[in-house]
Amino acid sequence: MFSYYLQLGLRSLRRNPVLTALMVFGIALGIAASMTTLTVMHLMGSDPIPWKSDKLHYVQLDNWSPDRPYNDDGRSPDQVTYRDAVALMEAGKADKQAAMYKLSLPVQPANPELKPFQSLGRVTYADFFAMFEPPFAYGSSWNRDQDAQHARVVVLGRDMNEKLFGGQNSVGKTVRLDGQDYTIVGVLGEWKLRTRYYDLTNGAFADPDDFFMPFTTGIDLKQRSTGNNSCWKEPGDGWDAYLQSDCVWIQMWVQLDSPARLADYKSFIDSYVNEQKKSGRFPRPLNNRLPDVNEWMVDQKVVSSDVKVQTGLGFAFLAVCLVNTIGLLLAKFTRKAGEVGLRRALGASKRDIFTQFLTESGVVGLSGGVLGLVLTGLGLVAVRSLYTDYKSVAQLDWTMIAMTVVLAVAAAVLAGLYPTWRACQVAPAAQLKTQ
Amino acid sequence: MEIRPILSALMRSKVAMVLIGLQIALTLAIVCNSLFIIKQRFEHMQRPSGINEADTFWFGSSGFGRGYDARATQLADLQLLRRLPGVVDASPAWSVPLSDGGWSTGMNLQPKQKTSTADTALYIVDDHAVNTFDTHLVAGRNFKPEEVVNATFGDSLHPAAIIVTKALADKMFPDGSALGKQVYLAEDPPTSTIVGIIDRMQQPWATSESIEYTTLVPAHMPYGNFTRYVVRAEPGRRDEVMKLVEQKLVESNPSRIIGKMRTIEQTRNEAYSSDRAMMIILGTVIFLLLAITALGIVGMASFWVAQRTKQIGTRRALGATKFDILRYFLTENFLITSAGLLVGGLLTYALSLWLLTHTDGAKLLPWYYVPVGFLCLWLLGQLAVLGPATRASRVPPAVATRSV
Repeated sequence: MFSYYLQLGLRSLRRNPVLTALMVFGIALGIAASMTTLTVMHLMGSDPIPWKSDKLHYVQLDNWSPDRPYNDDGRSPDQVTYRDAVALMEAGKADKQAAMYKLSLPVQPANPELKPFQSLGRVTYADFFAMFEPPFAYGSSWNRDQDAQHARVVVLGRDMNEKLFGGQNSVGKTVRLDGQDYTIVGVLGEWKLRTRYYDLTNGAFADPDDFFMPFTTGIDLKQRSTGNNSCWKEPGDGWDAYLQSDCVWIQMWVQLDSPARLADYKSFIDSYVNEQKKSGRFPRPLNNRLPDVNEWMVDQKVVSSDVKVQTGLGFAFLAVCLVNTIGLLLAKFTRKAGEVGLRRALGASKRDIFTQFLTESGVVGLSGGVLGLVLTGLGLVAVRSLYTDYKSVAQLDWTMIAMTVVLAVAAAVLAGLYPTWRACQVAPAAQLKTQ
Repeated sequence: MEIRPILSALMRSKVAMVLIGLQIALTLAIVCNSLFIIKQRFEHMQRPSGINEADTFWFGSSGFGRGYDARATQLADLQLLRRLPGVVDASPAWSVPLSDGGWSTGMNLQPKQKTSTADTALYIVDDHAVNTFDTHLVAGRNFKPEEVVNATFGDSLHPAAIIVTKALADKMFPDGSALGKQVYLAEDPPTSTIVGIIDRMQQPWATSESIEYTTLVPAHMPYGNFTRYVVRAEPGRRDEVMKLVEQKLVESNPSRIIGKMRTIEQTRNEAYSSDRAMMIILGTVIFLLLAITALGIVGMASFWVAQRTKQIGTRRALGATKFDILRYFLTENFLITSAGLLVGGLLTYALSLWLLTHTDGAKLLPWYYVPVGFLCLWLLGQLAVLGPATRASRVPPAVATRSV
């Protein structure tokens, strides 16, 4: 029976090709608009490390000016000072901890065919690798002892190893950065990060880091971070004064493996700040925060309001397309009242009629959905070319493909159900009489 | 025109009417709000940077190795740059407008002031900057060469002379007396004297709320081993000069890296890429939405005409003119559209309020968007229905006499 209805449906759709195209395109465009924008929003805001995002916490201490808060809404600074970062690292009260900042260094390749080039890397602690779990292609991270020894070691990012050593295992070799040799202890594999969530203060969609080196070693270079730096009072002259100042420029993460550990750490930083208040620092009321990964991403507005507006409009667009299709199907089915009356008079049940027309609207919905999926792919290509930063988040993944199919079926049923139901309400006698 | 028969006919297909009305209401809400966002982005992008954008480019130079003398290199580079054919002028500059990276600080009238009078961007430049950026002094004078001090990055900076933009001067001294006045760029003395006022120069941040508050500070102050240069070429020679500059600077000193050269035009494109993307996306949505709605009206009207062929024939047979039939369908569409637009007006402001609470820096939709939207959708509806209505008017009266 179904194949017969399918035949009927297809024939009926072919009878008005322009109208059919209009309905299918309407649904397809609506689905493409909503799914393209939803995909971008979903991937931007999605949990980058779901298995431990609730254990990784960003450290915010409020060391700002007594006269004004760091943010107008009273939130604490989004980075910490050097002295607080080092004090928290040395206390070591968390299960794992890593302070970090961004550093730009010139690379002088040993290979004379390669010109020197500028690299952007990260200065951090050994725990960084255990906390954020980047994949290693060769070697491993440095260890905590090397942190303490200011060891001249580096972990290279995949791209930099590709550039310098053609992707070969370079562990044990050295790389010359700004006139200084560093021993390579590890090389990362491809680290697929949609958002560089561990440093949101310098752009969530920045390129991956070229290298990582111990924090202590980096500080010895006496070179300021290439990331953001904010001061509420003059740091004074020279590097040491800068390190002792209340300027914030370091990102600090801790891993806390249980809620109890989190509570302990919160009271530890509170007592640390209260202790510091005795020496005249931290003039503002206590305002320490330990947001986890997802909270921090919301706080730093990784999903921009433009993206939210686009998604809202995408779904409003889908609503218009659905209303459009419902109207057209309704008009079409109403015109077929005579045919329905005839079939009913010849013994077809309401159920038969319902199945027949739902098959027809289902065909419209499903073709719209399939076309919509294709258009979503094109839409994402367009998004990638409009926003060069969004390469990693304008991608279709299986969740989104599945969601598109579900949305298409739902849209089809929604659009088809009411017109179909109306078509079934035809009273056979009345219809036949009017003819 | 007899509206009552049209209304009673419409009442017989309420659902269809509600659907078209709803579609028009949603379309109005989306189109008005999208157009308003597009207009805001457009105005945002149109703000002048105050500098010569067509002929200017910028780049960084980073030295490496222990023996590198950043200060000496900077002076030598500037001499070399200014002598190159096709170069109008060159200056070191910590940042350039729209580049999204730079230094800002509070500017105060008193020492240890609690809240800054204004937040200003600092461009660390030399006495060639006003000419290189091609900004215009509206009062006072340019820096003298001896005012360009040698400074070390990381030490407090207390420039004796500064040049500010007109907007900043007026913010600091609303009575217009800024020239020659003393201001504090730090908590404590010494102060800086405003020696010149330029008409306009934007901060590096396109999203800054105080984008016109800019200060030029005269100093030779490399950032570690890094220096950024701005170069203005003679009109029309920018691209050839860029190549020449890169080649000459690379030759002049092997122990440094010349970074990517960027024109101000590229910088502007990058600074506003998200605004442009938003405009394109919303523009596409508007276009598609209007197309879908118009085609939907055509489709519905065609059905109605087909369904009522017999009635039309009867009316024609009873003496209605072709024009009467045409007018019937136009009026019908006008009524449905009007009902949709009334709901749409409310929906438009509901959406505007939602945007107001969910986006940064959004403004309430100005009232005149709604009547303009009304006119456009009325026109769209009438045009869309014109085809089917014309077809209806051609139904011959004889149809009424034929049986089905």
